[in-house]
Amino acid sequence: MLRIRNLKCFYGRIMAVKGISLSVGKGQIVTLIGANGAGKSTLLEAVCGLLPRWEGEILYEGDSLKGLDPPAIVRKGVSLVPEGRMIFPPMTVSDNLILGAYTMIRKKEDAAVKQDLERVMELFPILKDRYRQPAGTLSGGEQQMLAIGRALMSHPRLLLLDEPSMGLAPLIVEKIFQTLEMLRNEGMTILLVEQNARAALQIADRGYVFETGSIVLQGPAPDLLEDQEVKRAYLGKDYGGFYDH
Amino acid sequence: MQEILQYFFSGITNGAIYAVIAIGFSMLYNSTDLINFAHGEFVMLGALTMVTFSGPFHLPLLPAFIATVCCISIAGLLFERLAIRTVRFPEPIVLIIITVGASIFLRGIGMLAWGKDAYSIPPFSTHPPLDIAGAKLLAQSLWILLIVLLMVACLHFFFKKTLTGKAMEACAIDKRAAWIVGIPSKLMVMLAFGLSTGLGALSGVIISPITMCSYDMGTMLGLKGFCAAMLGGLGSLWGSLIGGFLLGILEALGVGFVSSGLKDATAFFLLLFILYARPGGIISALNVKRF
Repeated sequence: MLRIRNLKCFYGRIMAVKGISLSVGKGQIVTLIGANGAGKSTLLEAVCGLLPRWEGEILYEGDSLKGLDPPAIVRKGVSLVPEGRMIFPPMTVSDNLILGAYTMIRKKEDAAVKQDLERVMELFPILKDRYRQPAGTLSGGEQQMLAIGRALMSHPRLLLLDEPSMGLAPLIVEKIFQTLEMLRNEGMTILLVEQNARAALQIADRGYVFETGSIVLQGPAPDLLEDQEVKRAYLGKDYGGFYDH
Repeated sequence: MQEILQYFFSGITNGAIYAVIAIGFSMLYNSTDLINFAHGEFVMLGALTMVTFSGPFHLPLLPAFIATVCCISIAGLLFERLAIRTVRFPEPIVLIIITVGASIFLRGIGMLAWGKDAYSIPPFSTHPPLDIAGAKLLAQSLWILLIVLLMVACLHFFFKKTLTGKAMEACAIDKRAAWIVGIPSKLMVMLAFGLSTGLGALSGVIISPITMCSYDMGTMLGLKGFCAAMLGGLGSLWGSLIGGFLLGILEALGVGFVSSGLKDATAFFLLLFILYARPGGIISALNVKRF
């Protein structure tokens, strides 16, 4: 569904992503894990059109995304849940969700918008209780749910998430990841960028490990979960040896 | 008492106009973080275009009104397209200097097109002034207040109820987030320019019967509107409205009770005062909902 070949991204003269290739199959959850500054978010920015300069190839359902701006990419069915949520705090929950459906309403898909809204309410019932509240008054977890709900309102086939677990309590993270699994089981394709490697690998089908702009490891998620290198670097296991001697 | 009431009436008339100009400033600032110092010139263009449409072109009042606002809105869109969007490094200071340049340019155009003479058009209706407790309220003042209130109601409806209005507000809150969601933010900026200059034209049109319209009227009106916007809180619809009326009324009282030389000074004293005492304005857009 999404195929990236030899992608290089630049910030000025700095190359943040150094020629990576990856692919996301339809109906899969694929996760990118790695430390801060490894280039994961940059890659997402390139995919959804926020990054003005990149080289290589990004194919979505066989079409190149080169030169498209974010609204055009949203119209193609790719939706981003950005890092730090980026909801519209002074606006109500309902306005936030309706703006998520901006492209759909402009396409006159009102019936689909209504369905999507009901679906989002089903996934996150708390948003229904908070419907008329300014989004800024929601708790962090609720805001993250709103951000995901807003992204779903554009009726995407590929959902990109940038660190959805950041700064949230473990219980909420679990709830959000369960929702992602549920979405996948309904046929949604998900590309998940995470620092919380364990949680991400537990729900993912495939994983890629990033380090300073390159992919150092890749494979089915269960294998990565068992991989010694990943365990040491990202899962915080096997430090026992360090302290015993 | 009668005197105060009279000053009050003239104050709210001027205040309404300052408020419309201030709303124009605020709205553009909201969606682009830009203070358009050419805004006053769009008021001037609005007034003089109205003079031309209703004078030499013999258009009836309403068509002339609508045609003027449309023309100036289009001029605003062209201004954005030609002078603002083409800037290669759009830093705020560069853009602000461009608007100052544009204001000089537009004043020049105004002088070439309409000459240095001052014009006026007949009032919208020929009712005699209303007599309220001994003070006179001009029929045109009523028109101005009515149109301004109607316009504020329309704007409120636009920003609260329509998708485009909400999308514009979203752009103002967080342009990047709006872009991610799929809102074409460039289009929204253009729309903000069109709407803002349209508001400028509207204020030009409604004052054309009660003031002398000439190519250099825009500068002072623009600055007054800017003061009103700062006073009420730049970026807030209601703040601009309050700021405009407050400025108008204080100005009229200052003229009446102290000295007519104080008219223009009032605005700038107030501006200095508010910048010292409460830099965010009365309704600070920093902490409250914008628009």
